[in-house]
Amino acid sequence: MSDLNKLTIAEARDALRRGETTAVELTEACLGAIETADALGAFVHKTPDLALARAQAADARLKSGDAPALCGIPLGIKDLFCTEGVESQAASKILTGFRPEYESTVSAQLRDAGAVMLGKLNMDEFAMGSSNETSVYGPAVNPWRAAGSTQNLTPGGSSGGSAAAVAADLCLGATGTDTGGSIRQPAAFTGTVGLKPTYGRCSRWGIVAFASSLDQAGPMTKTVRDAAIMGAAMMGHDPKDSTSADLPVPDFEAMLTGDIRGKVIGIPREYRVDGMPEEIEKLWADGAAMLKDAGAELRDIALPHTKYALPAYYVIAPAEASSNLARYDGVRFGYRAELSQGDGITELYEKTRAEGFGAEVKRRIMIGTYVLSAGFYDAYYNRARRVRSLIKRDFDEVFAAGVDAILTPATPSAAFELGKEVADPVEMYLNDVFTVTVNLAGLPGVALPTGLNAAGLPLGLQLIGRPFEEGALLNTAYALEQAAGFVAKPNKWW
Amino acid sequence: MLDLSYEAPKPKIIAGAKSDWELVIGMEVHAQVATRAKLFSGASTQFGAEPNSNVAFVDAGMPGMLPVINEACVAQAVRTGLGLNADINLFSAFDRKNYFYPDLPQGYQISQLYHPIVGEGEVLVELGDGTARVVRIERIHLEQDAGKSIHDMDPALSFVDLNRTGVALMEIVSRPDIRGPEEAAAYVSKLRQIMLYLGTCDGNMQNGNLRADVNVSVCAPGAYEKFRETGDFSHLGTRCEIKNMNSLRFIQQAIEYEARRQIAIIENGGKVDQETRLYDPDKGETRSMRSKEEAHDYRYFPDPDLLPLEIEQAWVDDIRASLPELPDAKKARFMGAFGLSDYDASVLTADVTASAYFEAVAEAAGDGKLAANWVINELFGRLKKDERDITDSPMSPEQLAGIIALIKSGDISGKIAKDLFEIVYTEGGDPAQIVEARGMKQVTDTGAIETAVDEIIAANPAQVDKAKQNPKLAGWFVGQVMKATGGKANPAAVNQIVMAKLGL
Repeated sequence: MSDLNKLTIAEARDALRRGETTAVELTEACLGAIETADALGAFVHKTPDLALARAQAADARLKSGDAPALCGIPLGIKDLFCTEGVESQAASKILTGFRPEYESTVSAQLRDAGAVMLGKLNMDEFAMGSSNETSVYGPAVNPWRAAGSTQNLTPGGSSGGSAAAVAADLCLGATGTDTGGSIRQPAAFTGTVGLKPTYGRCSRWGIVAFASSLDQAGPMTKTVRDAAIMGAAMMGHDPKDSTSADLPVPDFEAMLTGDIRGKVIGIPREYRVDGMPEEIEKLWADGAAMLKDAGAELRDIALPHTKYALPAYYVIAPAEASSNLARYDGVRFGYRAELSQGDGITELYEKTRAEGFGAEVKRRIMIGTYVLSAGFYDAYYNRARRVRSLIKRDFDEVFAAGVDAILTPATPSAAFELGKEVADPVEMYLNDVFTVTVNLAGLPGVALPTGLNAAGLPLGLQLIGRPFEEGALLNTAYALEQAAGFVAKPNKWW
Repeated sequence: MLDLSYEAPKPKIIAGAKSDWELVIGMEVHAQVATRAKLFSGASTQFGAEPNSNVAFVDAGMPGMLPVINEACVAQAVRTGLGLNADINLFSAFDRKNYFYPDLPQGYQISQLYHPIVGEGEVLVELGDGTARVVRIERIHLEQDAGKSIHDMDPALSFVDLNRTGVALMEIVSRPDIRGPEEAAAYVSKLRQIMLYLGTCDGNMQNGNLRADVNVSVCAPGAYEKFRETGDFSHLGTRCEIKNMNSLRFIQQAIEYEARRQIAIIENGGKVDQETRLYDPDKGETRSMRSKEEAHDYRYFPDPDLLPLEIEQAWVDDIRASLPELPDAKKARFMGAFGLSDYDASVLTADVTASAYFEAVAEAAGDGKLAANWVINELFGRLKKDERDITDSPMSPEQLAGIIALIKSGDISGKIAKDLFEIVYTEGGDPAQIVEARGMKQVTDTGAIETAVDEIIAANPAQVDKAKQNPKLAGWFVGQVMKATGGKANPAAVNQIVMAKLGL
């Protein structure tokens, strides 16, 4: 077989089980693709030796008939996941040289399901960013370019390396994490599928924390089916994470019937924002029409507190981050600044953190520190928490009224040029406008490509589901994927 | 059960240069929870281990590590709350208290600011002079201890030991109901006693497993009563907090010093600054650690890594059912059932092992008062002389009860009993057998006593005359007879016969 790296997870799995290829061949194909893709800046720590060893072990398991779900499937792992003995830096200078002695629960579950880790993937520093430009490694680059252009575009963020790697067929799937849209926005920018599971579905243990009440890991894949396969392997109860949900994980793939007849799809009017590009409007309308054609009922719904979501998010997430990132102090691991004669502990902290954190991380630490400080706590943090409850209530009411899933655009635009929005943090934050509500409410959301814009760039829609009903959500996404028939691939320029 | 009731003690009054002042004291007692593992990790809490050997990844603040609550710590906090007659909150939650320090690897301490596990309770604090203060407990919350920074091992470097990092503490917060240094020490002692009964804290102050922050202010006589009537703190003086005291003696010294310092400031027309102070036991003074302006802004917020802690009433009820008899109840029972004095009952209930020892003696001997006398005066004294603890007493309750039984049956006199006590204490053995074997039995044969009395009377005619004039002198004859019989004669019988023979 040729171009093994271009297979989907489902295709590769079936080929492996039929003996048409081996895990080593698959892995070598991906490693070869990675070797020629440095221009994409997707893989930041490559682990070919480890990958081949795991591939050989997977082949042995396949041969013996003991082949778990992802046996022999080469994957990329976001740098935010702690991987035993392998650099895990959260794309930050402050974690320079950090090689954990432990494996995150999610990556351990993937490993135990037979998956082959190819290496670590680029991201925004500490998952803070929407363009992968805050990474200490430099930005990941979108494999897609506008027709006739050589301008590099962002793959989105923070899981930009994951999205770029999957879109460029460097791996069959990748892990991402999503705090305000960090799986779904990059998926939309790269023509891939990104699933953010319900909060509590994937263990957070061993994933470098950004905002603990919002962070959630999920799969980034080429198809909805792959998201179902990989997602199921990532999820499950973990007693090491107190916020992990003790619920069984069903066989999502078996639920992909494509039959959504009678399902009620909500179209929230508040997501029709001012100045929304026409191409996004059209994409949304087309997607709704496809679902209707597939037998679903469309319903206009109201999510009245949506407009407060972004400000609330940009209070809660930095507040938690300011505390979560206090441990990066140069005392025990990672980067430590050179000290001058006479410097004490305060200088160790100040210099290490000043040199070790990038500008966006510092900005969020300062915002978070401010909103939690005495005299401002009620006005900012507590108010934001109240807004969060109201947003969650909006969704609860809609679901209680019989809506099965909600269709929205995934992003307000297609992928933008690298460097374009860096100077204006607020403009950058607006990238999350359609996605943060889902994190605030703890709901599952999936972004999938349903069309190209005039410049030939992929555009994605988002489906939002009921809590812990990822199977039903993925089935709706599957129906939409079938109807949209999105098959475009980026032209290889790297 | 007999209820204990006492008069409240008078507040301590300190005479300033111009007027009298009263003290108002509130305390935050930090008690290390007695459990094998830490509050949010499986690491051991064992004291004195190699530095940094009892450290889980989460204790060291490693990236991506998460806390998971240890149920045993929650049970101990609930148990303590029940022991302090406090409300148990079925819903509580953990908050992060953020600050930077090398022995705080996460950069925050997980504590319970907004929703503590235990609410209001109260403690009866006896002062030994027949008075007792009821100190109201405001709350008890669970929190993590910090590690230890060591600055004196190297001229240029500091070292950090994370063994204690994350060990569970209960912070027991009192209302400002304590009115003097002795009351403060007695309050800590009482908490310690209750927690030792409950098995929720080992009470070891030297190791820092029990320590207190003391809030001290002074006010004019009468002001405190206004505060209690209205709840308005403005009736009270500005308070200073003396941090981290782990000795009852130093607590008293620090309060005394701090009160006088504040009085001097006020009387000189100054204002007391609200601040955190440290007590220097070498100099016997408190000194400023940080002012209110320098106080940290801890940026408390709910810990998003932990769900609210919800416990069930049935679980609390199970814990309540497993509580031992507590000091106040035991003391009241000892007074009621055994007729002990308040003082004796206090002494015997101070320590749970000693109280069990006493009870075993009292039951076996069938005489509580006699048992109390012998346990307190003889056994405790003898153990103290040997620097031994009741837990390694060489004499069992059965042995001591055996001695008491011999006294009660009249087989031995009190004096002989003391000799017997010493023999049993040092050599062991069955008291009755020893008495038999060594001929220590009291002579109750009236014939033998009569002979001895006759001899003494015959030999001392002058004394006989004097005694007939002054019957009090009959005791001299009794003493002589006891001497002549080697102390083995029954003193009551001797007395009776002497009186009869002298015709008194």
